[in-house]
Amino acid sequence: MHTDPMERARNAGNTLHPFYGGLRLRHHKRISCTLPLAHARLPTRLFVPLQQHAGPPAEALVVPGQKVLKGEPIGRHEQPSRGWVHAPTSGTVTALARRPVTNPSGDDGPCVLLRPDRLDTWTDLHPIDDWETATPERLRRAIGEAGIVGLGGATFQTSHKVADARQQTVHTVILNGAECEPYISCDEILMRMQPERVIAGARVLQRATGAERTVIAIEDQMGAVEGALRDALSRSGATEAGEVIDIVKVTTLYPEGGERQLIQVLTGLEVPRGGRPTDIGLLCQNVGTAAAAADAVIEGKPLIERIVTVTGGGVRTPRNLIALLGTPVADLIDQSGGYTAQAARLVIGGPLMGYAVRSDDNPVVKGVNCVLVLTGDDVRPEQPEMPCIRCGECARVCPARLLPQQLHAQVCHDLLDEAADFGLDACIECGCCDYVCPSHIPLSEWFRFGKSEWRLLQKERARADAARQRFEARESRLARIRDERQRRMDEKKQALRDDARRKRRIADAVERVKSRQTAPGGDS
Amino acid sequence: MLWAIVSITLLGLAFGFGLGWAARIFRVESDPVVDQIDAILPQTQCGQCNFPGCRPYAEAIAAGEAEINQCPPGGEAGVRALADLLGTEVLPLNPENGAEAPPEVAVIDEARCIGCTLCIQACPVDAILGAAKRMHTVIGPECTGCELCLPPCPVDCIDMVPAPPLTSWRRPRPGTSREASAFGPAGIPATGGR
Amino acid sequence: MTRRFATGPAPHLPAPPTVGRVMRDVLLALIPGLLAHAWFFGPGIVVQVVLATAFAVGFESAMLYLRGKPQALYLGDGSAVVTAVLFALCIPPLAPWWIAAVGMGFAIVLAKHLYGGLGYNVFNPAMVGYVVVLISFPAELTRWLPPGAIAEIRPDLTASLHAIFLGSLPADLGWDAITQATPLDSVRTGIAEGRTVAEIRSQDVFGDFGGLGWEWIANWFAIGGLWLLWRRVISWHVPVAMIGTIAALGLAGYLIDPGSNPSPLQHVFSGAIMLGAFFIATDPVSGCTSTRGRLIFGAGVGIFTLVIRRWGGYPDGVAFAVLLMNMAAPLIDVYTRPRFYGE
Repeated sequence: MHTDPMERARNAGNTLHPFYGGLRLRHHKRISCTLPLAHARLPTRLFVPLQQHAGPPAEALVVPGQKVLKGEPIGRHEQPSRGWVHAPTSGTVTALARRPVTNPSGDDGPCVLLRPDRLDTWTDLHPIDDWETATPERLRRAIGEAGIVGLGGATFQTSHKVADARQQTVHTVILNGAECEPYISCDEILMRMQPERVIAGARVLQRATGAERTVIAIEDQMGAVEGALRDALSRSGATEAGEVIDIVKVTTLYPEGGERQLIQVLTGLEVPRGGRPTDIGLLCQNVGTAAAAADAVIEGKPLIERIVTVTGGGVRTPRNLIALLGTPVADLIDQSGGYTAQAARLVIGGPLMGYAVRSDDNPVVKGVNCVLVLTGDDVRPEQPEMPCIRCGECARVCPARLLPQQLHAQVCHDLLDEAADFGLDACIECGCCDYVCPSHIPLSEWFRFGKSEWRLLQKERARADAARQRFEARESRLARIRDERQRRMDEKKQALRDDARRKRRIADAVERVKSRQTAPGGDS
Repeated sequence: MLWAIVSITLLGLAFGFGLGWAARIFRVESDPVVDQIDAILPQTQCGQCNFPGCRPYAEAIAAGEAEINQCPPGGEAGVRALADLLGTEVLPLNPENGAEAPPEVAVIDEARCIGCTLCIQACPVDAILGAAKRMHTVIGPECTGCELCLPPCPVDCIDMVPAPPLTSWRRPRPGTSREASAFGPAGIPATGGR
Repeated sequence: MTRRFATGPAPHLPAPPTVGRVMRDVLLALIPGLLAHAWFFGPGIVVQVVLATAFAVGFESAMLYLRGKPQALYLGDGSAVVTAVLFALCIPPLAPWWIAAVGMGFAIVLAKHLYGGLGYNVFNPAMVGYVVVLISFPAELTRWLPPGAIAEIRPDLTASLHAIFLGSLPADLGWDAITQATPLDSVRTGIAEGRTVAEIRSQDVFGDFGGLGWEWIANWFAIGGLWLLWRRVISWHVPVAMIGTIAALGLAGYLIDPGSNPSPLQHVFSGAIMLGAFFIATDPVSGCTSTRGRLIFGAGVGIFTLVIRRWGGYPDGVAFAVLLMNMAAPLIDVYTRPRFYGE
């Protein structure tokens, strides 16, 4: 038995471990899995936001009136490896405008408006045909330029995670197929209907990171998924190529699909505070992300579409659809039979970590895994918030073993340093505490607020520290210059004094000589 | 009577010894008070407090030679933090030192700059770059907005503009209209960390 | 066509239990013990519960008004009623009406609202109210009745009302005739007089393990408490730690000197141990929140209760023990914070 976490993490998935807290919730997944996966209809207009990834927004590379081909870059961040956005189909750019961009703030953001020409003409694609032997760097660049981000919802730049993984010598890639949140089934459908894409993605990521092994984690309630993946694995030729890909079933318990919880289940290890999974040799990616990476490398296709679960009691025929990025949510609901009479709330994401949006003209973006339409009975009625009675239920379910009731009091009273000491940054915002709170306090909302205020405070402090350093550096420089000038002046004075004395001595000597010459009866 | 005196004396000795021992064992190493004060001050180095920089002001506060309300950039929050640290009353900001204002940075209008280097010498944090008879420029992220470069400039080519925000979107305080926020910073921190 | 929706905070799931439901469950769980109390000691306790509830709700309403808080919301949570019932269960059934008034005044106004209201009180309000009246009015607070089985005269409802509202008994009754020392009192005075526990226990106020009648009330409180555990309204940590500590220390004392220390069973089944372990020390607001903290809290209440019973000036010590541990709770919480993920 190794004691080094890096070494212990190599056994990921060989035995399963528990994690603290969590919630057993009703799944509501089967309702969206009865209809087969299908492509959504091409909408009449696409609204492609320029910020679909975590980080600063991309800048538009197109102008209104310009014709674009499917897969052509239309937005990019100034750093070449970041924030690529591509045209989801061929057509004409009609405008660049600020519109709803499907984010929790509900604010508008910059979008490229595109009118499809319905020809769906691809631009030139550059697949890496020799990907099985190509350098990891080439794979990584292809993944970056295809605009691939984490499709589980976090939307981190995948190429950056892969680069980080290479630097930190990652030995195992974990593909996260455990979407534990109720209602969402896009990953399950992907693994069941297109398992070969997932397996190919596993191989691509393993090659790109230089890992020795991939573990695909699925839930024990996913039925046919395991068989489908194993089939695809045996057909893929990965085993012949000497690649190790394991499929592991984990028990369904929310939030098992959280990166950190999944790692704990597979390895029994915790990602160190403030660190990343790469610190213990692991890279965690969503299965959808892996499939997109495979498309980018093997077929050269950028990320322009994704699987979206359209579900809930508020839609007539819940299903999974492959939607072009930028498709208005309303279009997807139309193709799922439309709203039922009881539809009351529109949620992007799952019922715990998702956020309610104001209207269905929000477009599908890279981070949208689920469009959930709930009825009035599915959601808690608007209730007044009561004071915390410190019942401790939140601490019992918190998978990060935090004390949410204490953190809440600290954040409420702006005691951010204290909250940080109590592990505010370890909160994964899973919403378990919100669900059990009898006082209906929006705890994770407070923690999101507290974390962002804390980051702001850290920035302010860093700025003040920099100013202090520069001030002190300047003070010491000025003091040094002053000292130096003083020293030089002293030296000069000394020298002058020396000079004067020397002159006097010379003059004296000259004087003596003169007096001797003029004296009568001198030497000779 | 005798027993009472003896037992109380012994108890007193025992507790005294215990406290002394605890003070040694559980001693908390802390920064000197000047450093703690300096850590609260905003480090604009603007001199509005009538001291030549934040550190000298911190030293003056620690020595009891200055009040805690002489720092406009630190604002109300800064005064509160200082009062908290030093265990003194919260004072309103002294208007003689100036008023609290949103952060700004200096920008040099490069067309008008004559390259006199006077502002470079005035900047307390070396945030101005340039050379004699060459155009100067302010290193934006390093500027503290102290305005000390304004008076020396012979051609008035320096303008103060609002500082760029540290974050593009500030998450709103949850349920701002609700009761929980009634216990915000100005309220009674009812049970604090409890 | 764009359709607009009302938004709301996560989680987008049906509602979990509310504070009101938690309090209702606590009240329901108290009913068996309350009925047992009435069965053994007559209808006085019911009158006390009604009285205390009326005063509690009145004070609560007044304080909410003064503090400008919504009445329906906070009265509806039932926390004031729980405080009232717990208080009423601690005082003698024939205590005069103003005991409930004073007790509830201190509990609701001082211990609860002056500290910030629901969720902010440092001390358990019911115990603050009880301790105030216990210290201030010792005569009224020691007029306990013997259980019905051994009582010569049982005051009926009329006599109880007479005693409670007029402060005196009907002409044909005298306090000496109807009151009797409680079992815990008997133990205390008996030991002080140098008798052994076995001799003391031969008196007819004692039952199988604790006091006659009292032990059954304790049983019913325990059953109500177990129901709360099953409903997950309370966690097991405080009751187990408290009863376990009392049993363990009681056993130790009993083994060392059975003559002057009652058996652990007698300790556990007499006085307010069961009520305290399941209903009072489990008050989340004034107790600890971490699991280890709750174990320490429960054990502390147990230790203080035994110390007060053995060496203190009062026959029972649950109320004082709970208040003492309330004071320590924030510190315990600081030192028992669980190691969080990745720390």
